Amino acid sequence: MMAGMRLRIRHGTVYRYASPTKGVIQTLHLTPRNHASQYVAYWRLDVSENAKLYMHEDAFGNITHNFTAEGAFTELGVHVDGEVETHDTDGLVSGTIERFPPSLYLRETPLTHPDAAILAFAQEVMSAAGGDGGLKLLHAMLGRVNGDIVFDTDPTHTTTTAVEAFALKRGVCQDLTHIFISAVRSLGVPARYVGGYFHRMDGIIDQDAGHAWAEAYVPDLGWVAFDAANGISATDAHVRVAVGLDYLGVTPIRGTRYGGGSETMDVKVRVDQAKRQMQN
Amino acid sequence: MTIAFDEMKEPDGRPRPAYAELSAWLGGVAPDVLAYRRQEAELLFRRIGITFSVYGETEAEERLIPFDVIPRILSAAEWDLVHRGLEQRVKAINLYLKDIYTGREILKAGIIPDDMVFQNPVFRPEMNGQKVPHDIYVHIAGIDIVRVDAESFYVLEDNARTPSGVSYMLENREIMLRLFPELFSRHRVAPVENYPDELLATLKSVAPDTTSADPNVVLLTPGVFNSAYYEHSFLADKLGVELVEGRDLFIKDEVVYMRTTEGPKRVDVIYRRIDDDFLDPLTFRPDSALGVPGLMSAYQAGNVTLANAVGTGISDDKAIYSYMPQIVKFYLDQEPILKNVPTWCCRESDHLSYVSDHLSELVVKEVHGSGGYGMLIGPAASSAQIAEFRAKIKTHPKNFIAQPTLALSTCPTCVDSGIAPRHVDLRPFVLTGRDRVRIVPGGLTRVALKAGSLVVNSSQGGGTKDTWVLDR
Amino acid sequence: MLSRTADSLYWIARHVERAEYLARILDGTMRLTNLPLAYVGTSNEWKSAIATAGNTKLFEDNYPEANEETVIHFLALSTENPSSIRNCFETARANARAVRTALTAEMWETINTAWIELQRFSNDPGTREEITRFLRWVQETSLRFDGSAYRTMLRNDSYWFTRLGLYLERADNTARILDVKYHLLLPRLEPVGGSLDYFQWAAILRSVSALTAYHWVYRESVKPWLVADLLILNDQMPRSLANCYENLVRYLDEIAGMYGRQGPAQRQARAIYNRLEASRMEEIFQHGLHEFINEFIADNSSLGAAISQQYLM
Repeated sequence: MMAGMRLRIRHGTVYRYASPTKGVIQTLHLTPRNHASQYVAYWRLDVSENAKLYMHEDAFGNITHNFTAEGAFTELGVHVDGEVETHDTDGLVSGTIERFPPSLYLRETPLTHPDAAILAFAQEVMSAAGGDGGLKLLHAMLGRVNGDIVFDTDPTHTTTTAVEAFALKRGVCQDLTHIFISAVRSLGVPARYVGGYFHRMDGIIDQDAGHAWAEAYVPDLGWVAFDAANGISATDAHVRVAVGLDYLGVTPIRGTRYGGGSETMDVKVRVDQAKRQMQN
Repeated sequence: MTIAFDEMKEPDGRPRPAYAELSAWLGGVAPDVLAYRRQEAELLFRRIGITFSVYGETEAEERLIPFDVIPRILSAAEWDLVHRGLEQRVKAINLYLKDIYTGREILKAGIIPDDMVFQNPVFRPEMNGQKVPHDIYVHIAGIDIVRVDAESFYVLEDNARTPSGVSYMLENREIMLRLFPELFSRHRVAPVENYPDELLATLKSVAPDTTSADPNVVLLTPGVFNSAYYEHSFLADKLGVELVEGRDLFIKDEVVYMRTTEGPKRVDVIYRRIDDDFLDPLTFRPDSALGVPGLMSAYQAGNVTLANAVGTGISDDKAIYSYMPQIVKFYLDQEPILKNVPTWCCRESDHLSYVSDHLSELVVKEVHGSGGYGMLIGPAASSAQIAEFRAKIKTHPKNFIAQPTLALSTCPTCVDSGIAPRHVDLRPFVLTGRDRVRIVPGGLTRVALKAGSLVVNSSQGGGTKDTWVLDR
Repeated sequence: MLSRTADSLYWIARHVERAEYLARILDGTMRLTNLPLAYVGTSNEWKSAIATAGNTKLFEDNYPEANEETVIHFLALSTENPSSIRNCFETARANARAVRTALTAEMWETINTAWIELQRFSNDPGTREEITRFLRWVQETSLRFDGSAYRTMLRNDSYWFTRLGLYLERADNTARILDVKYHLLLPRLEPVGGSLDYFQWAAILRSVSALTAYHWVYRESVKPWLVADLLILNDQMPRSLANCYENLVRYLDEIAGMYGRQGPAQRQARAIYNRLEASRMEEIFQHGLHEFINEFIADNSSLGAAISQQYLM
């Protein structure tokens, strides 16, 4: 029997506006789908204002919701609450919804475009891995990105590029993932960005953001997930919500607001084992 | 080098039939009369242009694109050929785009390599699987055509994103009608002034099915600082539609509205003159302030038509260009009527080595360049320039294509020394609606004013002419 | 029509009107300060001009003292003062450019020519003669603009929104003069000053181009309470508050008629107009002229906000 978990996820985002806003429009990537090692037992999405949520599938097969809420309000909350059963498959991701062949995921984007430094880094890892373009290379890359880039929430932000973070040798899971993707794509390996949640092994359940990791495509094997921030393949501690070419494609909330002065955003993520354990 | 095809004269010097009247008139007109008309034309342009030139300094320069008073003439039979060729090509482009963003049969058939599409920045993954109203992607196309002999018209470039220049076509005709009434009385010239009507009919015909009987069409401009703003306001005025900026529009429950003094008014069709990248900060560049947040969600829900559709760049890209003959055959099972200039794609190693060895004979273009920049014209280039390009294409082969230097046809043109032949091209505008394809006869003729020059771009010393298609 | 277009039309008219008002203020102040001290007293008329323009704070932050040179620079030519004559024309022209096709050729040419002309005026106010010529030119530009709007625009919502801008600004301007000079207009039991105040009163009337009108209406020598009456309640007087509101009500009604719907803007404008119509000067003085004016300025600006909210956003 495969190791598995049932994870309870609560993810709340609360915006507060200095003066009443006239309206808000948002696009959400906040709903996971099933695949071979992930089953969404239940999932609820709530917006604090009266708004109709429009559900779509985006070009990459992710579930999105759009809504518009009309003012005047000074606070807007977007909350998800759900339980997901996961299995550890040594990072192997199968049964996912695929709308493109793997080669699409060789595309460069502004956030993942490599510079000379990243290209050289990628080559160096490649030759250290003995020229193997498969799993061995990817594990070597995972180790190097994890080891070379210091986890640091200070210097980077959501619009930091792989190039900028690599030069700083610092960043958060988003930056490490961008660097990983940028480097392996430059070596001809299709790779994509995954947004989701992570159940920490150290017992801490309250987090201030979701998690991000990468998936790389290995011929004859398929998509394999690499969590550069933790230096591991994805396990049953990972809940996969959306995939894309980079962070912009999976951003949990992209939105615009009309009026309302300055705003603050407060994010609370809580991932822990569900009370009711799996039966099998 | 081959001698260019002279559109007015047969090799023996006799005028071709379409030019017979014009040639006789040019022969009889006193040089000072022509010079006077030229001055008058400039004056008229400045006067009409007052409204345009005031938009800003760059705009003033733009409007002063030199206008040549000698018209370029196409016979009815010539135009018939071009017309059929354009209709065929644009039909194929629309079928190709639908395929690229849905089933991708053409990739599966191995006709176009996957990476040429998937790794092309102008391919829009976001459009994958997206239904567009009535399956039309390119509602307005500007196809650049050159002529090399009596029978052969080549497409030099397809413009399937936001082609501009149609305002010059319309104004050039207005000026000519005022300046040379006697010439028009000697010819039966097909009118172009109905272009705005045809455009509006096209745009209304492609409104989403969910809209009311009389769809609301708007023209979306980046604003007064855009270099083509005058064309945007000119067209909005002629079409009788609102000229809107991104901030005039908003989305509510996946429907587009414009802010009016009478409250929100639904928008059904957006003739947009903003690039894909800037259309919607929630889908594309998050820093764009020009677009409409959430526009793509309304588009995806099928509640608005964007003309042209998003992602059409993957049909007019210079790298895709070389596959156009196969594209026409694949979707229509027909031989292309308009020819394609043979093209070497430097990404392929055998092509690269050929190009590298023959740079002095070829025109080399950057795949994502435009406006005649980033281009090498081999026969006119110095050996240093050639060496520089050889290095460039070797470093980034994917970024370059090469074509033989075509002997573009020439037309008589007023120059300082009198009347002399100058090279020309033609940009007709092809409108594709739900009901049919509409093309007003002619288009914008661009002329290279420098003797021997093959570059017609206005940014590089090109001018324009009125284009006459004669009735039978 | 697009809200943005209506907004631009409204603000073009407001800015042109404001430029004219500033020119009149400066003109009147120059005349006053030309008189021997014995006729006008020792009050700083330049300081009062700044107050009338409603911009004291910004002025004091940027200039050491209020005199002819600094005030003319600040009100006419400064690029720092958002409502200097220069910036009024800048803003009007920027708005006009953005809605070029909603203007008639004559209106556009007036604005554009004024803007081009303005580029020739440097930062230096120049001689008195040059300043006088400049101020006259500003007033002529405003007349030309207003005249071309009146003579060439279709009578539809485009025209009505320019009128709303004009009358709202005009009402504000008249009220501001009254606000600063009200103490000169209070009725007194005994005539004081005589000639001293006469020139102040005349300057007020001149700044709203009403000196001649005054004599036609009252056929009397200038009396302060009659000046107040003329500027506030006389609906024949084009710059009086009553006249401005008669027009605001009328044009708001036109808009409501065309759109088949009315809202807070119409209700507010009528309420203010009714109050003016029902008022008599004696009562106003009794309850306090200053309070009355202050209330009016607040009401007028709240009507501006209501118009924006209802139509322009």
